[in-house]
Amino acid sequence: MTELSPLDAAGVDAAVAEALAAFAAASSLDDLKEARLAHTGDKAALTLANRQIGGLSPEEKAAAGKAMGAARAAMGRALAARTEELEAERDARVLVEEAVDVTLPVSRQAPGARHPLETMQERMCDVFVSMGWEVAEGPEMEAEWFNFDALNFDPDHPAREMQDTFFIDPPSSGLLMRTHTSPVQVRAALERRDALENEGRGIYVVCPGKTFRTDELDATHTPVFHQIEGLAIDRGLTMAHLKGTLDHFAKSLFGPDAVTRLRPSFFPFTEPSAEMDLRCFVCGGSDSECRTCRGTGWIEWGGCGMTHPNVLVAAGIDPEKYTAFAFGMGIERTLMFRHNVTDMRDMVEGDVRFSQQFGMEI
Amino acid sequence: MPKIPLSWLAESVALVDGATPEDIATSLARVGLEEEGIHGSGVVGPLVVGRVMSLVKEEQSNGKTINYCRVDVGAFNDPEGPGHKPDNKVDYPSSKGIVCGAHNFVEGDWVVVVLPGATLPGPFPISGRKTYGHWSDGMICSARELGLGEDHSGIIVLTELGFSASDLEPGQDAIPLLGLDQKTIEINVTPDRGYSFSIRGVAREYAHATGASFTDPAGIPVTGAVGDGFAVEIRDDAPVRGTVGCDRFVARVVRGFDPAAASPAWMKQRLEAAGMRSISLAVDVTNYVMLELGQPLHAYDLATLTAPIVVRRARPAESIVTLDDATRVLDGEDLLITDSDGGHGARAIGIAGVMGGALTEVSASTTDVLLEAAHFDPITIARTARRHKLGSEASRRFERAVDTALPPVAVQRAANLLVEHGGGVVEEIYTDVNDVAPVQAIEMDRDYPSRIVGVEYSVEEVTDSLEQVGCTVERDGEVLIVTPPTWRADLEGPINLVEEVARLRGFENLPSVLPVAPPGRGYTHSQIVRKSVARSLAEAGLTQVLTYPFISEARLDDCLLPADDVRRDVIRLANPLSAEQPLLRTALAETLVDAVRVNLGRGAQDVAVYETGRAYLGRLVGSVPATYSGDSITPDDVEALNKAIPGQVRRVAGVMAGNKIAAGWDGHATPWKWTDAMAMVEKVERACGVVLEISNEAGERQSTAPFHPGRVAIYRLDGEIVGGAGELHPKVCENLGLPARTVAFEVALDPLIEESEGVLVTASPVSGQVLAKEDFAFVVPSSVTAGALVDAVIEAGDGLVEDARVFDVYTGEQIGAGKKSLAINVKMRDADHTLTAEEVLAVREAIIAAAGEKFGAVLR
Repeated sequence: MTELSPLDAAGVDAAVAEALAAFAAASSLDDLKEARLAHTGDKAALTLANRQIGGLSPEEKAAAGKAMGAARAAMGRALAARTEELEAERDARVLVEEAVDVTLPVSRQAPGARHPLETMQERMCDVFVSMGWEVAEGPEMEAEWFNFDALNFDPDHPAREMQDTFFIDPPSSGLLMRTHTSPVQVRAALERRDALENEGRGIYVVCPGKTFRTDELDATHTPVFHQIEGLAIDRGLTMAHLKGTLDHFAKSLFGPDAVTRLRPSFFPFTEPSAEMDLRCFVCGGSDSECRTCRGTGWIEWGGCGMTHPNVLVAAGIDPEKYTAFAFGMGIERTLMFRHNVTDMRDMVEGDVRFSQQFGMEI
Repeated sequence: MPKIPLSWLAESVALVDGATPEDIATSLARVGLEEEGIHGSGVVGPLVVGRVMSLVKEEQSNGKTINYCRVDVGAFNDPEGPGHKPDNKVDYPSSKGIVCGAHNFVEGDWVVVVLPGATLPGPFPISGRKTYGHWSDGMICSARELGLGEDHSGIIVLTELGFSASDLEPGQDAIPLLGLDQKTIEINVTPDRGYSFSIRGVAREYAHATGASFTDPAGIPVTGAVGDGFAVEIRDDAPVRGTVGCDRFVARVVRGFDPAAASPAWMKQRLEAAGMRSISLAVDVTNYVMLELGQPLHAYDLATLTAPIVVRRARPAESIVTLDDATRVLDGEDLLITDSDGGHGARAIGIAGVMGGALTEVSASTTDVLLEAAHFDPITIARTARRHKLGSEASRRFERAVDTALPPVAVQRAANLLVEHGGGVVEEIYTDVNDVAPVQAIEMDRDYPSRIVGVEYSVEEVTDSLEQVGCTVERDGEVLIVTPPTWRADLEGPINLVEEVARLRGFENLPSVLPVAPPGRGYTHSQIVRKSVARSLAEAGLTQVLTYPFISEARLDDCLLPADDVRRDVIRLANPLSAEQPLLRTALAETLVDAVRVNLGRGAQDVAVYETGRAYLGRLVGSVPATYSGDSITPDDVEALNKAIPGQVRRVAGVMAGNKIAAGWDGHATPWKWTDAMAMVEKVERACGVVLEISNEAGERQSTAPFHPGRVAIYRLDGEIVGGAGELHPKVCENLGLPARTVAFEVALDPLIEESEGVLVTASPVSGQVLAKEDFAFVVPSSVTAGALVDAVIEAGDGLVEDARVFDVYTGEQIGAGKKSLAINVKMRDADHTLTAEEVLAVREAIIAAAGEKFGAVLR
């Protein structure tokens, strides 16, 4: 190969063209490196030509320098551009190659869950707390006085027989496992009666919790279950306020179209007393085959009424000045019809698969 | 609960035209009588009247004799000839051929025939079939087959049932004839509506619901006169709660009736439909009148009685043989009906209002009966029925209070029926001991119902409603003076009258008004913390479950609780569901393990569950004081009551078995370990905002059971044990069927929550200075705990150690026997400047010196 002269304009152009072609032809960064060394390295024709410039006359120097500078700049631009292209290609390829299967299991620790009876209870309480009501609690093992006497159950009234009560041994202890959360109503009223009397602060509480009756476990009964009760004591409260509260509660849990209805009934601690039904939220009463309401259009939800004056007296509240209403419903029952739980046993046997279906909130 | 045959109901109230049983049930529910079921006979025809034309007895090889009958069933007959399926060689007149095994009937009898295509209760579909060499087209029916009672001794012969042959016709539909087209509504009567335990009461309620016209079946005239009938004395020397046990007793004699007379068919049908059995005319009549009017009655065989009848309390050790032939030893509170056989009031002939005695009952030869209708104190009757576990139709009514005006009417009605169907004569003069106190009037402000219900009722509406339920109402200015009817003993005060007005005016028109509560306090600290605890454990991979708090004594043994452990201070139920589990749990883990087993039994291998709830612990401190006197309770009373209630602290517990981390494509399995149990307690501590003291030391009367004594952390708060965590004792795992190395934790929440109540975090400024890190590897005697060493390190740092953490524990030959190496990473930082190399070195030397001094630690 004859040596290229820096003054050989055609030769320089050809060498540059050859270099640019080689850069363009490089299909990888390694190829490009090779082409760069071949065309711009120590032994490349243009490099060698460049070295000859020192031996030229000043006029020739200027011309050759200019030509060589242009040639190097052209190659530098081409090289940078191609490098950028090839790096982009390489980066794209690497990202594709590093892709993973996102359908693989990602957590090897099984998730936990809350029990839906607990989260249901919390959700119900939230409805009332947001209205300014308070959540009151009391003991599960309770004095008979709070569970029955204070609630206007005569010691011999057949109503006491309605309650299948677990009594604590010996029976003379006067203790039992509460059969309803109603004793908490009395306790809550006792605690708040001074604020009612002195500050005119109405009493508005809900009492959620565990209750006990001597029912054998089957698909619809359990000896340990949960209730939520509400009690409001204030000046001028009426059954219309009871209805309004129940309607609001129903809408909060079952949507804006929820409707309730009251039917006369009997409880020793309320008078007038009523059963509370919820318009079937599944069929709205239109399906005679509906499994949720068994075709009746209504779901029995709980009991309610105006608190009996004797109960207010027991709690030290003057029934001449104040009126009160109360209501209560089973949380198991609510869970059953709201979530289509068909067998009570699923709630109490402790199979984690039951709680798992509900996750962390309800 | 009462079953109301609708045809019977219709005799006292005009049922709305075209009303279905469902409509009637809906109307009754509107006024508070809830439906429990609508019952029919379950018979679908053809069920027809038949006349036995011929009956041929045929002896079978099995020793049985059957009758081949040709029965005239009118329009259902096969034409003249060999019959429907010509398997007979003989030509018969127009009839049906039926094989029958009963022998209480003869040719010419009128019977009930069920034909192919029909269905009997069961349901049993009927079809023609070949039997005993004949084709049999259906069956001749017994009462039991039709659901008309238990009588299966033979088939029904209609003339014996009280039907007249002249009213019968072959082929006639027997379904209406036998009342099998009747529907019965079963209703639930609440304890305040005792009068609805009768057709009379339910009819009145139906009238209230619909406005239909009501005819009181008790409105019959009472003939004769009160006078010296059969002598009756009421001698109650021990009234219960101050109320004399009997305040009215009517006794009337019916003489000369036919003991063989049968109860009419309609009466039997109605009794059966109402759920009672037909026994004899005299007994059926008393039951019929009780169902109709609500007044229990008793019929005595007059010939067995010796006057006078004395109503008194039982004497010590007195006993009686009741109608069910059981001997019952009586209690001094039991009220008795006695007669004077063997002395004045000497012989018990009935437990008042509950059950009659066997000695004086009406028999098949009785011609003279004494009818009794009395009014007894509900409490006396309720207590006796409960004491002897002897709830009867009578006691059920008496304990809910019966109309005090009914006794003479009910006796008259029963006597009339007895005479009508059994002949005989009702004696003109009858006994009526009547000490009934007049009903007290109730005063009520006229606007009281409006104030309670929230609906504006006019005084006319209030008056009208109360009059409808039977009250008399007088008006005195703004006050109404209301006298309830004798059948409404539940109407005791103005509030009861409000309920009557509200339910008669209808609950469906109530306005809906949401009351505005005063601004509340929100959730309490305890409520917030408990939710946080429950949530953090679920997020840590535990699943919340609920278990029953009932345990056996053996469970405490299985948990290895020593005899003197506080958890042996166990509370016992007086009436447990299961005799095997009479105790209440003293810790949640005692029952939570059952949930673990349920899951393992259903195929799970890894189980991690937790429960929040109460355990019941402590000794009974004696009886709860009886404080209620009808007045309000005082704060002192409440305190006394609360003191008498044993502890029932809120707790949280978890049990974990198997793997915490499952084996997978990206790694190996990791089992649940004692460290995880302790880590769960850390989460509880964080949620509660407290730090507990950790050791492995048992407390006084508090062993480390059920944990492995070497792998347990015992937690204390202010020196009191509040929980434990670690591996369960290997023996406990074995006893309870749990996998080896199952881990658990349990903490009493209430003390932790109380500790943090009202405590506010005081924030320290967060330093932005550069962090200095130093690692140490100390060789210490094996007995030195990591916790103690770390505490010493922090203390030696004199405020500059931000964190110190053990990152390696090593034992082995290089260290030497009885020693271990603990590697600690220490982070140091000062609030206001970056620590210099000299300062860091000083802290390092202080740490080494302190560790050496306190624990003999040397740097490795």
